[in-house]
Amino acid sequence: MRNLIFFIYKYYTFFLFFALEVFAIVIIYRFNNYQKASFVNFTTGVTSSLYTGVNNIETYFSLREVNDSLQQENARLHSLLLTSYYENNITSNSIKDTIYKQQYTYLAAKVVNNSVTKRNNYITINRGRLHGVKPEMAVICESGIVGIVLNVSDHYATVLSFLNNNCKISAKLEKTQSFGSLVWDGINPKYAKLLDVNKHVPVAINDNIITSNYSTIFPEGIRIGRVIDQSLEPGDNFHSITVELYTNFSTLSSVYVIDNIFKEEQQQLETQLTTK
Amino acid sequence: MILEILTYLFRLIVIVILQLLVVNNIELSSLVNPYIYVAFILLLPISMKPWMVVVISFLTGAIIDAFSSTPGLHIAAANLMGYLRYFYLAAATTKEDQIGNIVPSISQKGIVWFNFYAFALIFVHHFALFFLEIYTFREFFSTLLRIILSTFVSLLLINIGQLLFYNVGKSNE
Repeated sequence: MRNLIFFIYKYYTFFLFFALEVFAIVIIYRFNNYQKASFVNFTTGVTSSLYTGVNNIETYFSLREVNDSLQQENARLHSLLLTSYYENNITSNSIKDTIYKQQYTYLAAKVVNNSVTKRNNYITINRGRLHGVKPEMAVICESGIVGIVLNVSDHYATVLSFLNNNCKISAKLEKTQSFGSLVWDGINPKYAKLLDVNKHVPVAINDNIITSNYSTIFPEGIRIGRVIDQSLEPGDNFHSITVELYTNFSTLSSVYVIDNIFKEEQQQLETQLTTK
Repeated sequence: MILEILTYLFRLIVIVILQLLVVNNIELSSLVNPYIYVAFILLLPISMKPWMVVVISFLTGAIIDAFSSTPGLHIAAANLMGYLRYFYLAAATTKEDQIGNIVPSISQKGIVWFNFYAFALIFVHHFALFFLEIYTFREFFSTLLRIILSTFVSLLLINIGQLLFYNVGKSNE
């Protein structure tokens, strides 16, 4: 026993280092899974106010770009308005006429902190629990997807950027409607890889990539990017597709948080399937 | 003594703010993510007790972690670096350095000595940090390239910072 105490005393620096290192590794391991990440919750409230102050100044530098993109979005929305449609949807009216149930609600938010060059990037936005933001809501911007809400404090939320090792989004090719999962390979924030598209599916260059209907987070049909390169290795069952993202992550400033009202209902139903 | 603690606290705040608001926004490429806050740990006095260095590294890492929503990453990397610093210094400094109140900086130990010292420890820090961040060995070589490039950029920034600030500090003494 005396020897043990002497031993610990002799190497106390090592034991101190070891204990702290183990502590760090344990919290990395605990919170690596993004659904469990509640550590960030704890610090988001304090640290975000610093970033908000800095962001207030930074927004002045990009007013022109923001104006341009808002104008573009306005144009796109105008073209979606009922007034710009020719009446030809009699069939769908007769089916859905009784009740149009709203499934998605949109909430505008501003990005107060963002990074694009790390392997795992995170975004902080200025809307939180008080505004109805909950974890696992989708975040998009006017040109494409942004990420998934990770944690919320009262006034802020952290978003798992699409530019993250843990972010995988179910997407499909617009022409063939065949789906795959979209991931970022960590090299360039402009490009992503679409995986798991079967080799019998024809892939056209410049085809749009949109979100698929299998996700409970993203609404179907949000534009993500376009195919710029496609190849099929001999003996490989899946295409390797490079996608150019429409979202410009490095100038991200205003985003929308999307709430899927039916998500819990759908997930509840699906968990019943797996527990049986 | 109190003055010394305040000086270090002030230096910590400045370096953390520089890291978070300036260096983190340098977007050269996804291969280059410099971390200059390690300079704070590098420039602690040689005579400081190893356990204090370990604790200070831990706290520095924790501050950076809190601001960059990465639980534990910077703690683990900075802590490892703070611990290994002792072994490097034990091998590369003389007895006089270890007794006297000497800081392992460019102005006191020379630019070549400092760069070897800083390169070794920054490399250890970045190695731990980037591999823990990606949490897999799947992209081994691209991560290694990222580590080496980031190490050189961090080293360059820390050298510039030293030449800008620390010479002034010495002539005041």
